[in-house]
Amino acid sequence: MDPGSAAHLYTLRRARETKPMLSFLARRVLQLVPTLFFVSILIFSLQHLLPGDPALVMAGEEHDPAVIAQIRQQYRLDRPIPIQYFYWVKGVLSGDFGESLRIKVPVRELIAQKLPVTMQLASMAIVIAFLIGIPAGIVSAVKKGTAWDYGANLFALWGISTPNFWLGIMLIFLFSIELGWLPASGYVPLSENWRASLAATIMPAFVLGNAIAAILMRHTRSAMLQVLESDYVRTARAKGLSERSVILKHALRNALTPIITLGALELGTLLSGAVLTEQIFSIPGFGKLIVDAVFNRDYAVVQGVVLVTATIYITLNLIADIAYILVNPRLRA
Amino acid sequence: MKILRLTMIAAALLLSLATGVQAQTTLRIGLAEDPDILDPTLARTYVGRIVFAAFCDKLFDIDEKLNIVPQLALSHETSADGKEVTIKLRPGVKFQDGEPLDAEAAKFSLDRHVTMPGSFRKPELAALDHVDVVDPLTIKLVLKAPYSPLIAQLTDRAGMMVSPKAAKAEGDKFGLHPVCAGPYKFVERVQQDRMVFEKFADHWNKDNIHIDRVVFLPIVDATVRLANLKSGGLDLIERLLATDIKDVKADARLKLSTAIELGYQGLTLNIGNDKAKGPLSQSAKVRQALDLSIDREAINQVVFNGESKPGNQWISPDHPYYQKAFPVRPRDVAKARALLKEAGVTPPLSVDFMVPKGAENEAVAQVVQSMAAEAGFDMKIRVTEFATSLKQAEAGEYQVYFLNWSGRIDPDGNSFIFLKTAAPQNYSAWSNAEADKALDDGRLIADQGQRKAIYEKLAKAVLDEEPILYLYHRRLLIAHTTKLEGYKQMPDGLVRVTGLTLK
Repeated sequence: MDPGSAAHLYTLRRARETKPMLSFLARRVLQLVPTLFFVSILIFSLQHLLPGDPALVMAGEEHDPAVIAQIRQQYRLDRPIPIQYFYWVKGVLSGDFGESLRIKVPVRELIAQKLPVTMQLASMAIVIAFLIGIPAGIVSAVKKGTAWDYGANLFALWGISTPNFWLGIMLIFLFSIELGWLPASGYVPLSENWRASLAATIMPAFVLGNAIAAILMRHTRSAMLQVLESDYVRTARAKGLSERSVILKHALRNALTPIITLGALELGTLLSGAVLTEQIFSIPGFGKLIVDAVFNRDYAVVQGVVLVTATIYITLNLIADIAYILVNPRLRA
Repeated sequence: MKILRLTMIAAALLLSLATGVQAQTTLRIGLAEDPDILDPTLARTYVGRIVFAAFCDKLFDIDEKLNIVPQLALSHETSADGKEVTIKLRPGVKFQDGEPLDAEAAKFSLDRHVTMPGSFRKPELAALDHVDVVDPLTIKLVLKAPYSPLIAQLTDRAGMMVSPKAAKAEGDKFGLHPVCAGPYKFVERVQQDRMVFEKFADHWNKDNIHIDRVVFLPIVDATVRLANLKSGGLDLIERLLATDIKDVKADARLKLSTAIELGYQGLTLNIGNDKAKGPLSQSAKVRQALDLSIDREAINQVVFNGESKPGNQWISPDHPYYQKAFPVRPRDVAKARALLKEAGVTPPLSVDFMVPKGAENEAVAQVVQSMAAEAGFDMKIRVTEFATSLKQAEAGEYQVYFLNWSGRIDPDGNSFIFLKTAAPQNYSAWSNAEADKALDDGRLIADQGQRKAIYEKLAKAVLDEEPILYLYHRRLLIAHTTKLEGYKQMPDGLVRVTGLTLK
């Protein structure tokens, strides 16, 4: 390449731009390590602060002291907590999250089983939230002060204040018992039968998506209102662009940036499991797994799931930050 | 126009989804919890026993009247000194992997229950010294001492036979792919989602098995369980709420099957381990006063719509071992107050009342609280998560503990471990020489008449000193569709699949 040529200058500029980006990424990934270490200590110690003895819970109705002592020894529950922690971390570093005390299944397998379920439910919920929340937000901003605006606000208020379990049960009554269109609960994997899978997850996804839609609607509305009053929108209108093109092409694009970040964070929360909704619809995801594990004092499962959830959440945060930087070049320096 | 088109597309999509769901021809059973491991040696939950009933046959079973009937065994005979029990096995029985169930295999299963690390069957078979193989279809159980509840133990998990080949190959992971000799064989399990079983073609009783597949689905919420039954997503559900009985009875497509449970619900009163040394632990009169303040029929009406069975012993009034000489005493507040006065207590007497979390428990606790208040007790309800409550009960950090027991067929299973001095679940830390003797003697004698006389002494001691205030026995509530025919509810709450048909 000829030094001084346009192509060469372009490459140099790209390199200058990518370098800080790469070092930023490296810094953030390195930060993951101490964060996760801290999280692991927190999970471990908080859990051992819980009253109740896993060996006793495991023993169920039969409380034979010899059997209980045997369980304690088998799962190292009789060792000091730092030593138990050491064994756990040693396992995790080699990819072994331990084994469920209750059902003797490796925690890694349980996570691999539940993660796709929760991911499917979370993605469906977030799609529903975007499909409802953003159009409603735009309409209420554009038609500010009209019946449309009040209607959308009322919907948002309803979405935020409706408890998930109530909405869930009402949907079951309507669509499963009265109309008989959808199964009341349960789960079918996408790979097994995609139609049955969607039928089983559409109601819980709507319940979860509905609440987020309300939040998204409020944010879209205020972001749109702000953008619609800005100079460049006025200029676009003055240039004689159609209202449709002003709103969708010019205003919405700018208003969307914070909303996408919000969406990513909400997705992170969804991926950590929707406890109540999963319980009502008997969806075997992370939420149900962790609730059962906590009540049964199934330490290895709680630790494994929380660690994975924390990692997912931190990673999504990182991705949101990167997306933000990609969209907004001023943050790159 | 556009909205109309969208609505039509959405409706079409919903309908097309729905058609994909309804092709099931299997028996689908809704469980209230997800069971623990499906290994009869290591399992310990009540709900797990419901699943075992479909795929893991036992040496003996029970009938509706609690009589012991043969299953994998044909007969049993106890020697005169009570220390040897000879069991004849049913010929031609196969495990689901094709292995034969012979005397060697039966010995293997019993030995596994006793020797496997972490076995919960070990205490149940503690009296067993060793098993001898007499001939290919006969085993002899040699006991350390006579133990009359033995055959009753063999009607439950301790009597379940596992394939030696599979058990040896899988070790403590056997429960992930269990192989037994029951009517259905294990296909798959997705934790907290479903357990699938299909008909075992070589089962010894295959002519009475008419349904091809059985699927168990754990659905924790009782309302959702019922919703699934109504919408056709399930064929049978266990643990229906008493408040939903009306709803089920009003629905022509549903049927209710009930039985009084083998277990009991009661208040354990801390006697020997009460750190505060309160009047309740120190004086039997105060405990009597608490008992007399409670109207058991009122609990039955208020909380259970009259569907439970008030009781005052570790077995229900319908049980053959119930001591009719000691009927449920009617409520007597005046006498309760007088007893408190005699014991030198000035009301109100504050009592720490630990109640495991749960809507039904809490409702009963509130009724008890208000009734006891009239006699001068200030019952301070402390709702505690179950695992925590167990730990605190062991440590003696309570004065009254609302505890239930799912129950065993033999009266020994409902009394010994709770009432014997220093027994593992004697949370009351009660110790009474006469009761101890009765509990020990009850294990030595097989004759029902003699045993009943022995337990009468125990009943007297318990009702005098009140380590446990037995309140009521729940009605097991099972609802199923009318498409399911031949269903009979057994008092152990388990679902037996033999003889069932699904239209």
